[in-house]
Amino acid sequence: MISGADIMIKCLEAEGVDTVFGYPGAAICPFYDSLYKSNIKHILVRMEQSAVHAANGYSRCSNKVGVCVATSGPGATNMITGIATAYSDSIPVICITGQVKRELLGRDVFQEADITGACEPFVKHSYLVNDTKDLPKVFREAFHIATTGRMGPVLIDIPQDVQEECIESFEYPDKVDIVGYKPNYRGHKMQIKRAVELIKKSERPIIVAGGGVLSSGSKLKLVQFAETTGIPVISTLMGIGVMPSEHMRYLGMLGTHGKKYANRALQESDLVIVCGARLGDRAVARPDQVSKTSKIIHIDIDPAEIGKNVKTTVPIVGDMKNVIEKLIEEIGDYHIPHEWCETYREWKEKLYREPPVKEGFVEPRSLVAKLSFMMKSKGILVADVGQNQIWCANNFRIREGRFLTTGGMGTMGYSVPAAMGAKLARPTRDVVAVCGDGSFQMNLTELGTIMQNNINIKIIVMRNNRLGMVRELQANQYGNRYSATILDDPDFKKIAEAYGIKSAEVNSNAEAEAVAEKMFQTKEPFILICNVHPDTPSI
Amino acid sequence: MKYTLSVIVENHSGVLSKISGLFSRRAFNIDSLAVGVTSNPAISRITIVANGDEYVVEQLEKQLNKLIPVIKVKRLEEGEYVSRELVLIKVGCSSQKRDEILRVAQVVSAKVADVANTSITLEYSDTNDRIDTLVNLLKPYGIKEIVRTGTVAIEKGHGEAYHSGYNDKK
Repeated sequence: MISGADIMIKCLEAEGVDTVFGYPGAAICPFYDSLYKSNIKHILVRMEQSAVHAANGYSRCSNKVGVCVATSGPGATNMITGIATAYSDSIPVICITGQVKRELLGRDVFQEADITGACEPFVKHSYLVNDTKDLPKVFREAFHIATTGRMGPVLIDIPQDVQEECIESFEYPDKVDIVGYKPNYRGHKMQIKRAVELIKKSERPIIVAGGGVLSSGSKLKLVQFAETTGIPVISTLMGIGVMPSEHMRYLGMLGTHGKKYANRALQESDLVIVCGARLGDRAVARPDQVSKTSKIIHIDIDPAEIGKNVKTTVPIVGDMKNVIEKLIEEIGDYHIPHEWCETYREWKEKLYREPPVKEGFVEPRSLVAKLSFMMKSKGILVADVGQNQIWCANNFRIREGRFLTTGGMGTMGYSVPAAMGAKLARPTRDVVAVCGDGSFQMNLTELGTIMQNNINIKIIVMRNNRLGMVRELQANQYGNRYSATILDDPDFKKIAEAYGIKSAEVNSNAEAEAVAEKMFQTKEPFILICNVHPDTPSI
Repeated sequence: MKYTLSVIVENHSGVLSKISGLFSRRAFNIDSLAVGVTSNPAISRITIVANGDEYVVEQLEKQLNKLIPVIKVKRLEEGEYVSRELVLIKVGCSSQKRDEILRVAQVVSAKVADVANTSITLEYSDTNDRIDTLVNLLKPYGIKEIVRTGTVAIEKGHGEAYHSGYNDKK
């Protein structure tokens, strides 16, 4: 005989899970009891939202799926923001929640919440398990759904008595057959032919690369495609890292907070090849304008993305890797007109401005650029949300590493827990979380998790005693009426000290760089507080 | 423009809420939605009549297709399907007016589902427009209540939106 909780552990083991992030509670206690006996490492976070962000960071930096666990009711509802974040960024995460006993479902008992109902808009799929016998099939399907097609979070809600109930035996299914779920991986041959014809006819083509290029593991293929054809690449916020920042074919991030030359190149192009991007409003404010002046090839694994935000000339539904391979094959050694190559490279050089320094303060954009080279080549930078995010997006010089942030949901407080997950997935890499003093305080409690597990991440707090991004908006669009954007900060150094984490506060780039240099040599977490002038703009 | 979609889904609890949630979330307007089990008890068919331009309906189809329990979505083309709706109409009437109402019912071949002293309930099944016509004819007599099932539709000839043998999907 085997209990539901033991089955849950066996399912996780069968999926190769060795780390989970979570927070216990009564309804998930049977699972935690089984976990106690297992070899799976559990990271006790300080709030359930962080468990999901940590699993998110873990997923993005490993080839595995991040798993997080919470109890019923408030534990589960605390997860929602994390789940919505993973959903809007298409990150595979498995969320396991305890639920009240089956006989009590629907009676509004203690810590009961209809979490599958509440999460419906934010999950790729969800299960409320009614029968212990269903557990292996549900877990197998959940991992399959989360990691295939357009990836995303899957929620498994398990009543306490389903975890407690014992059944005869455990067998993990090796095959999945979900009749209504068969993602299409191969791009349509005819459409690929049409796409190549369009590219050959165009004079000023451009590639817009999104998060889909990274999640499909087709980054190197894209680089190859851009190199052989000479087509310039710009990326969305989620697509940063598709190419090394210094690559001659790479023009940076597009959008309202993007690089001038990236936007200019997009405007002047006559063909846009959209790869794994949904072109949300922050990337392209008026997609209808783009489709008026340019032809559009849209490649995405999710058919629903094609034609949703921008009118498409050639739609290609399929796995990015497969499609780009086919495009490379089909296009041969064709190279785009050299005139266009020279034009965009000229913009890249001419339109670059070194940010001006304000005496007595750290210039965050220059610092991020510097940090990129202090980190080892494969370093991971996690940006939070706000001005700090844009400073990082536009100035982090990515080489072989990763840039993580939440582009879709824009959840403040993402960076620290996501960096914890990233570090646990890649213990040998440098992991840096950059946040503002607003976002740092949203999940400040995770310093406890970092302390308890000695998670070696470096936290850079860009402190301006303001909610900078909103303040900037108020300056530009609300007549300098700074409503609720002044932030009186505590002494972060004392907080760090209370958690036993070393820290430093700096007022210039020279100081910051000197501290950072030493910080990267240690094997323990560190908090670097950088005082930034409140008028420093995002771009 | 009106569109009729035939949606084949797994017959689980919670599927309908996933689908109805999708409509409100994505601001799709639907005229009617009718659900029933198919010849395979594990599978249900939902007939949706929606209003919108080509963009809206294409998105609707794609978003429905993304839901895991949705097996197939088929847009039924104008003129290639038959559709019916069932309606129950309760008309308030005195005994003097009863004959008149019964004559209207006779003309359109509506059945009498219930007769009481001060009301008569007619049962009628036909296409959407013809139901509207009957409702208009009865309005002057004072309609007390109307219950409509929403449209169900099936393809003409031997066209099949879905062959409901559960394991037949390729």
